[in-house]
Amino acid sequence: MTNNIVEIDNLSFGYKGRLLHKGINMVFPRGKVVAIMGGSGSGKTTLLRLIGGQIAPTHGEVRVEGAVVHEQDRDGIFKLRRKMGMLFQHGALFTDLSVFENVAFPMRELTDLPEAMIRDLVLMKLNAVGLRGAHVLMPTELSGGMARRVALARAVALDPSIIMYDEPFAGLDPISMGVICGLIRSLNDALGATSIIVSHDVKETFLIADYVYFVADGIVAAEGAPHDLMQSTLPFVHQFVHGDKDGPVPFHYPADNYRAELLQTPTT
Amino acid sequence: MDRTKIDLWVGIFVALGAAALLGLAMKVGNLTSSKIGETYNVTAAYENIGSLKRHAPVKSAGVVVGRVNDIIFNTERYEAVVTLAIDKRYDFPADTFANIYTAGLLGEQYVGLEAGGDEVMLKEGDKIAKTQDAVVLEKMISQFLFSKASESESKDVAPVAVEAKVKSTELGDPPF
Amino acid sequence: MIKSRLFNSVIRTLTGIGHRVTERIWRLGAGARLFFLAIIYSGESFKRFQLTMREVYATGVMSLLIIIVSAFFVGMVLALQGYNILQKYGSSDAIGVFVSLTLVRELGPVVTALLFAGRAGTAITAEIGLMKTTEQLSAMEMMAVNPIARVIAPRFWAGVISMPILAALFSMVGILGGYLVAVPLIGVDDGAFWSQMQANVDVRLDIMNGLIKSVVFGVVCTMIALFQGYDAPPTAEGVSRATTRTVVISSLAVLGIDFVLTAFMLAS
Repeated sequence: MTNNIVEIDNLSFGYKGRLLHKGINMVFPRGKVVAIMGGSGSGKTTLLRLIGGQIAPTHGEVRVEGAVVHEQDRDGIFKLRRKMGMLFQHGALFTDLSVFENVAFPMRELTDLPEAMIRDLVLMKLNAVGLRGAHVLMPTELSGGMARRVALARAVALDPSIIMYDEPFAGLDPISMGVICGLIRSLNDALGATSIIVSHDVKETFLIADYVYFVADGIVAAEGAPHDLMQSTLPFVHQFVHGDKDGPVPFHYPADNYRAELLQTPTT
Repeated sequence: MDRTKIDLWVGIFVALGAAALLGLAMKVGNLTSSKIGETYNVTAAYENIGSLKRHAPVKSAGVVVGRVNDIIFNTERYEAVVTLAIDKRYDFPADTFANIYTAGLLGEQYVGLEAGGDEVMLKEGDKIAKTQDAVVLEKMISQFLFSKASESESKDVAPVAVEAKVKSTELGDPPF
Repeated sequence: MIKSRLFNSVIRTLTGIGHRVTERIWRLGAGARLFFLAIIYSGESFKRFQLTMREVYATGVMSLLIIIVSAFFVGMVLALQGYNILQKYGSSDAIGVFVSLTLVRELGPVVTALLFAGRAGTAITAEIGLMKTTEQLSAMEMMAVNPIARVIAPRFWAGVISMPILAALFSMVGILGGYLVAVPLIGVDDGAFWSQMQANVDVRLDIMNGLIKSVVFGVVCTMIALFQGYDAPPTAEGVSRATTRTVVISSLAVLGIDFVLTAFMLAS
């Protein structure tokens, strides 16, 4: 068995003939925190869905622990997913369940643990994210940062070996961002898991990631350790890392000639 | 919402539903009055059954004792043969009358059994001989009009009254 | 020039019609697929009956008030109108028959289904649509929990269980409302009211058929609500449109199916 828990091999994916990914290769070594970065709409989240087997690739394959994801039947995919935990962009907490029940959800659904043990485990997970005291609250009573932490506790409820984070920092205040940032690293190391972070927040991601892939125009535009990428002279990476307004990623959406379009008389 | 409260409410809900259904069956429907278990079939022939239908009640002294099981038309004698399913608990003498009555002025029609005095009881497959047809409103009215006419005309023109008499016997016995 | 423009518009119209028809058929198929999946995966909702109980509470118990109040008024109006007509024919004693047959055969199941679509159906659609929008269904899938087994099936069975109960309650409460108007208010004889009713309402032909109707409506209304929610585009607008569609389609379906069922029931 290789040391890579997840491997993406020459993967292409697209809807209706328009390819979002054009031959992507990535590896995610065990125990590491690997980030996938790229602008909005570059298909980062779709990559997580491909790893989770929610969608099938057009070409190529994703292997999780050696198993090709899209060749699995339903049971096979569910078996693979039990090894994964995922933190959704807005937490995706079940709004009809309390914080406690949210974290208990995967345990109740997927295991036959006795109630007393579930209680202890849930409180331990909530304690790890600092929200043991909030276990009776409903998701609507939580702030954005707290909801994200509860969702994180839920994602690691069954001690997964792969934890995926979809935009874990989006829409958080700086304090919450710092908290989540620290949690991702510490949970990864405590559980001995592999973390895959999809993000466009350069500062936080570079702080915790061991390795970073840059995705642009459907291909891996650059990759490397955060420190190396900071020094990168590649125009795209430079623009992204330093947040320049214009560069290889244009300010303007592709359009007809500006002057010609203004001079045109409306047809209707 | 905690679990016991949900359980309680769902329990109340289901109990209410069961009560409503039971109420419908017992109080609204004819479950209580139509508890007809084992039955035996007898037939009765009529020249005219009016608007008697299948499943119409068979009553004796106002109590439902059976149902109309089947109605067929006999082409040999041109009469309606009605099969009555009568509850086995009730025995009727062989000379029982089976008359077709109407519930109220415009109500549905039913078969009324009036027990005779015979020692022999009706059994499966028997035929009730003594029957009385349904009252047909038009006939009743025409009879009534004819008798009125004969009353007033008998004073001056005799032959018309005779003719009217003949007609009225044609229609069978007056129903009242 | 004009000719070709006309030709083009004809082609466009035809394409539009074709598109709509195929779209409808596709949705019908997708709905049927969801229905079968809900049946196949309904083991869970019986094994863990608590899941279904919760939904019976949400759909059935929460609809009690509107059902009882409406039934009461419908029954009272029926008695008033029925008396008005029947007394012209001198058979105002038949008012009990009139009220009970109308309710048990038609208004009980149909009005209950319409109210159910408005009260419980919309709630189901909005809830599922929002669960989809907030990625709760996705999150469940990623946790190796089948959302159809966990979310759709319990709601389906809850609807199917609740509808006949609500319809029976509607008929019973409606008859009581009719009784209150007919007997104490108008002065119809108490004995005649009930005895005529009992003589003319058949348990099998009327009450059972009414019950069968309400079970069918339960399946149809719940399934439409579930499908609209499950199929809703994950946006605020998408969910609101889906909710509207639930009411419109459920109402039309109930009235249409009612005609077909009644025709069959009266024929046999």
